[in-house]
Amino acid sequence: MLNTLKNRFEQGCRTSAYPKTTIELPARYRGRPQIHAEASSDLAAECAATCPQEAIDAERKIIDLGRCVFCGTCERLSEGRFVSFSQDFELAVAEKDYLLTAGELPSLAEHAKKHFKKLFGRSLQLRQVSAAGCNACEADLNVLATPFFDLARFGINFVASPRHADGIVVTGPVSRNMKTALLQTYEATPAPKVVIAVGSCALSGGPFRGSSEITEGLDRLLPVDLYIPGCPPHPLTNLHALLTYFKSS
Amino acid sequence: MNTDFIQIGNGEAVTRDRIPHLAFDDFRSQALHIVANGGKVVHFFAYPDEDEVNLLAVLRTDHLLLAGCRAPEAYPSLTSECEPFHLFEREIAEQFGIRPEGHPWLKMVRYHANERGLPDVFGNDYSQDIPGNYDYYAVEGDEIHEVAVGPVHAGVIEPGHFRFNCIGERVLHLEIQLGYQHRGVEKLFLNADIKRMPILAEGIAGDTAVGHSLCMTQAVEALAAIDTDAGARIIRTIGLELERIANHVGDLGALSGDVAFLPPANYCGRMRGDFLNMSLWICGNRFGKGLVRPGGVRFPLTDEDRRVLTERITELKPQVKHVSDLLFATSSVRSRFEGCGVVSTSDAEKLGLVGPAGRASGIPYDVRRNFPTEHYHRLDIPQNAEPTGDVYARAKVRADEVLQSISIIESLLSSPIETRCVEDTSYKLAPSSLAVTLNEAWRGEVSHCLLTDADGKILHYKIKDPSFHNWNGLAMALRDTGISDFPLNNKSYNLSYCGFDL
Repeated sequence: MLNTLKNRFEQGCRTSAYPKTTIELPARYRGRPQIHAEASSDLAAECAATCPQEAIDAERKIIDLGRCVFCGTCERLSEGRFVSFSQDFELAVAEKDYLLTAGELPSLAEHAKKHFKKLFGRSLQLRQVSAAGCNACEADLNVLATPFFDLARFGINFVASPRHADGIVVTGPVSRNMKTALLQTYEATPAPKVVIAVGSCALSGGPFRGSSEITEGLDRLLPVDLYIPGCPPHPLTNLHALLTYFKSS
Repeated sequence: MNTDFIQIGNGEAVTRDRIPHLAFDDFRSQALHIVANGGKVVHFFAYPDEDEVNLLAVLRTDHLLLAGCRAPEAYPSLTSECEPFHLFEREIAEQFGIRPEGHPWLKMVRYHANERGLPDVFGNDYSQDIPGNYDYYAVEGDEIHEVAVGPVHAGVIEPGHFRFNCIGERVLHLEIQLGYQHRGVEKLFLNADIKRMPILAEGIAGDTAVGHSLCMTQAVEALAAIDTDAGARIIRTIGLELERIANHVGDLGALSGDVAFLPPANYCGRMRGDFLNMSLWICGNRFGKGLVRPGGVRFPLTDEDRRVLTERITELKPQVKHVSDLLFATSSVRSRFEGCGVVSTSDAEKLGLVGPAGRASGIPYDVRRNFPTEHYHRLDIPQNAEPTGDVYARAKVRADEVLQSISIIESLLSSPIETRCVEDTSYKLAPSSLAVTLNEAWRGEVSHCLLTDADGKILHYKIKDPSFHNWNGLAMALRDTGISDFPLNNKSYNLSYCGFDL
């Protein structure tokens, strides 16, 4: 007993004050990319050619956050002159088109569906479906339950059954072998329901695009309400998305 | 018996003309001989070579041994005489339509059509959404009942199907069928641009991103003759050890949660995050993605980085130690851990268990000691083995390894690390060659095998996650165990679905 108490005191209180206070992530963290339009077309073309995800459109000078895995190759190649990654982890968008960006993202709060806030603003129960990703997205969704993030204090929980859920959170590029199970889980969720796509794989097929075994984007199968980019998205990116999209400010 | 297998090094470039090309019967009898005498299977796979298909085996004793042969369309299975080949033969049947006659349990591994367009060995129709009509192993009797779980599970975890045959609460047999996470990763490597390779390697299993990218990178470094400086090897070692600590700490917490002892569950959840954040500090990604590239690393460890990381690890070390002590000193935890889900040493040997799962069943094998890469030649990795093979042993091995890894990182951070960071560059792989790489990731032996054709293009890319060996360990642990102890046993292994499914 004494040992248990000693540990309790040593551990202290660890829960973050976010979103009331801001959190600064380390310098090497790669958040929202900024494209510098003044960079030469040659440099832009070079970055586009080097991008492993073919996420950069050199002509329009935009980057596709759905494809981007935030590896930072373009930033290193251009030494930040064409692309630089900021520490801003607030990346989620409500429309797929918004993922194509030169750096600015529309305010998520303003694009949230109003009736969702009314329905789910005080209580949101989500069923997670892992569909052929690498388990990093799942891991960084799971940590939302740990004391630092403590998702439950916002009235948001991951639940065991789609029957108990207000929506599904999908990770991974939806393999052929997982498609039926995913669609059945969606069907089993009572309407009105939300669909949240988390991570580059669910947004575009991610690192696995081009494989005949996967679906290149969850929106080809289901109507997606919320897109959360990243490989994987930082837990704070997920937390920001859920709070901003569903909670009333 | 002398065999024709040749000895190769971990991460050594070998020209393909050096691979002993044996007659099938010799290949079979020699491979069986080596494994029957204590050798282990690292790889056994088929690959296309012009119009033919070859088999290749990489076995390990104190050395890595290699030989191949032309693949027959059907052959007397090796498994029927020697268990450790069982899953490899099923994989070959699935990937290339080659039938191992007399295999005791020939069923699909990942549910996909074979590469040669041959009729499916298992009779599945892959144009259907649900291709299989597989009859699961069924125990019969009045009191027997079955429990089917998955592919969608209750938690935030990967998909897989578990079929329990029980009598009352007691599990007689657990059958695990995976394949839901199959993305075709090995095939993607064949056609992928070189620039995509690191991203693909990091996506094989996100919780083992460093382990898998090290294997890929070392294979490329071997075949493209790229040198890596000593500093980069130290940083990659730190990356791999941080990955080990984060995963082990997280699982110790989850184990504690599964026996309803909540303080360590919460503390470990938080501390795991602190270790992931150290990876984030080093390379900008909590899972170490973006750190390892052919030729070295993309980020340095400056003196300031060393100071910050040392400070964090100094703060965390006593906390980890105290929580671990609390966990193992609590009688309610001990009573649930001890004697639960026992896998004997002899079963573990036959199943080919690796990593902490093997060490918990008394098999001390650790790639870091047996076939060291990176900076491990210079480190003294203690021998961790527990004899009991139960949940307690699997938890204890992992708790011990956490503290060892913390000490390793502390000592590596204590002196300046100089490295020349690498950019993503193009490289040319040696033609008609192969390299086999092994690393001890947190789940155990990860191994990749890269073969090139006459133009230096990738002819075949083979990936083996330790979970490929260890899933059957979990099934074995459940025999004669209460079904309510499944979560506990599952967490004590915490195997990868995507690393298995590829």
